[in-house]
Amino acid sequence: MSSLLITRLRQGKRTLPFPEAEPNLPDRFRGLPIIGESQCPSGCKACVDACPTDAIANDGELRMDLGRCLFCAECSNACPQGAIKFGRQYRLATTERADLIVSAGQALKLTHRLAGDIHRVLGRSLKLRQVSAGGCNGCESDVNVLNTVVFDLGRFGIQFVASPRHADGLLITGPVTRNMRLALEKTYEAVPDPKIVIAVGACAISGGPFRDHPEVLNGAETILPVDLFVPGCPPHPITILDGLLRLLGKIKL
Amino acid sequence: MTSVLPSFHNGEPIALGSIPSVPMREFRAAIISAVNSGSRLSALFGTQMENGRIQLIGILADPLTGSLSSIGSEVGESYPCLTLDCPQAHWFEREIAEQWNVEPQGHPWLKPIRFHPPYRRSVAAQTPLPGATEFFTVGGDEVHEVAVGPVHAGIIEPGHFRFQCHGERVFHLEISLGYQHRGIEPALVGGPGKRTIHLIETLSGDTSIGHATAYCEALEGLSGTAAPARAQVLRGIALELERLANHTGDLGALAADVGYLPTAAYCGRIRGDFLNLTAAICGSRFGRGMLRPGGVLFDLDEHLAAELSRRLDMALRDVHSAVRLMWDAPSVQARFEETGTVSRRTCDALGLVGPVARGCGVERDIRQDFPSGIFRFAQIPISKWDTGDVFARAWVRWLEIQRSGTFVREQLASLPQGPGRAAVGPLRPAHLVVSLIEGWRGEIAHVAITDDSGRFGRYKVVDPSFRNWMGLAIAMRDQQISDFPLCNKSFNLSYCGHDL
Repeated sequence: MSSLLITRLRQGKRTLPFPEAEPNLPDRFRGLPIIGESQCPSGCKACVDACPTDAIANDGELRMDLGRCLFCAECSNACPQGAIKFGRQYRLATTERADLIVSAGQALKLTHRLAGDIHRVLGRSLKLRQVSAGGCNGCESDVNVLNTVVFDLGRFGIQFVASPRHADGLLITGPVTRNMRLALEKTYEAVPDPKIVIAVGACAISGGPFRDHPEVLNGAETILPVDLFVPGCPPHPITILDGLLRLLGKIKL
Repeated sequence: MTSVLPSFHNGEPIALGSIPSVPMREFRAAIISAVNSGSRLSALFGTQMENGRIQLIGILADPLTGSLSSIGSEVGESYPCLTLDCPQAHWFEREIAEQWNVEPQGHPWLKPIRFHPPYRRSVAAQTPLPGATEFFTVGGDEVHEVAVGPVHAGIIEPGHFRFQCHGERVFHLEISLGYQHRGIEPALVGGPGKRTIHLIETLSGDTSIGHATAYCEALEGLSGTAAPARAQVLRGIALELERLANHTGDLGALAADVGYLPTAAYCGRIRGDFLNLTAAICGSRFGRGMLRPGGVLFDLDEHLAAELSRRLDMALRDVHSAVRLMWDAPSVQARFEETGTVSRRTCDALGLVGPVARGCGVERDIRQDFPSGIFRFAQIPISKWDTGDVFARAWVRWLEIQRSGTFVREQLASLPQGPGRAAVGPLRPAHLVVSLIEGWRGEIAHVAITDDSGRFGRYKVVDPSFRNWMGLAIAMRDQQISDFPLCNKSFNLSYCGHDL
């Protein structure tokens, strides 16, 4: 018994003071890309050619689709001008798919609070059913850690539940494999209205590295309406948490 | 028989022409005799030849000599199965039947493992429904069936489980997978391309470093590149950090599954501390972007190495005190001991790998038996325990946490100087390379075959989960069905690593 107490004291309190304080992210963290388009020599497509998921277009204007981006930095490594750099902004979740397409000098339009009626029903207690539909378990792992003492998701009134019938929405990871399509549709149908859908990770948003494989459907939006997009491969847990809290109106800035 | 097969080493390419292509009778005899004399079947797969016919290729690994050998045989529509004489082949042969529509005749339980149309071009593609197949059934009074999944209760990947039970007692568990099938193997053909490394890193996301190391070493073998010593050490550090994070998470999850919350809560956090060490090196908690053929993309300066070492010591100290609580709790030990036992005999017959095999008392570890990279110079002692139960699988993880921690600490203190990456040239055409890595779940085998133009004609991946899922099914025999979560967690297998 005494060793239990001593260990408890030694392990300390480890819950992050988020969102009150900024998280302590690693120095080499790759967040929102910063695009300095004016540096591009005309006709240069080094970044476009280097991108594994065709997330970059340069047809006069350099644009990046964060929904496809793996944050692998192949583009910034390939760029002779340093026109693309991965910054430290970890707040990346959006309400609209189109808002994930960013260009030079444009601020990312972060997700807004759920609409009035739904927010009234779900805003103070959100129960989610997680469905992995072809995820590589990277996103699943970094969703799962939200339940640890570090992030302590429960203090925000958010909980992952075992049955879709107890849930207010789905959190989907993975590109949606053909073999998971039916199970995902049935799970969605089993969630009572009103319900929301959250797509976490490049796969669930666009198919990720598996995009256009005949075995996958290129993301959740191909079969379900999506209310929140959280980009990354996988997104940092704090990026996922930030998106959830914004959706519930618990982070406003 | 194996003496006549040309032998080669882990990561060493051999010309396709030097692989004996023999009649099926000799192919079977060679594999069966090698396995009976202690070799393991590291891979058995089909590949389509230019004439459209299928060639089976077997990769044998002899742990006594540390050498590999390979043998091939052309097959028609069917061949007499190996499984009856060599049970290790059972899942491989189901895969061959599914991928190439070649029937291993006499296979005791031939059914799909991933539910996709066959790769073979001449075969009219029919898309099977996942899980729509025959399952074992048990008859009799009070016998019942429990079906679970593909969507499970937790934040976990999908799979379908069928338990045949009498009351609480499980006669048999049958596991049906394939829901995560993303078509990675066919997508790798024609590579390497710009997406290849990303497909490799997401074969099983929690094993990004393990699979990326196997891939990079395969490519370096095929291109005749020597990764710099510094890169090899950094890869070793990343591989062991991956093991530390996952083993710590597993011990916490095992504690959670028996309701012992202190260890569960602490380990859940400490796992993140190890992941954050990886992120401090390469920016990604899962090691994405850390490795590239030829070396590594991220290096450490002295300051960062010292900082990592300091944080590693703190995490190791925390995991020590967190896990010790669990070993001192009789209520935990009572649940771990003699639950989900796999015998040594079953383990050898099925060819199980990783902590599962070492928990059955088997000294099987690629880092010792077929070492590559830094593990040729810095050995980590093999951790094993011989009771074959949940306790053994937990205890092996605990021993490995301590030994991997020591290894990482030593390597951080003695990083060799030099560059982190070497240029990689074109791949040798018409060669085969086998790359084996001891991932945290066990043996990862990649077999790359280049075509005449030096592109991948075939890229075979064997994730350790592919070997071990049947072990979990066997471990559940005669257990209480309520012990399934505990047994499952003690294996903690990858669905996507299996489904590819």
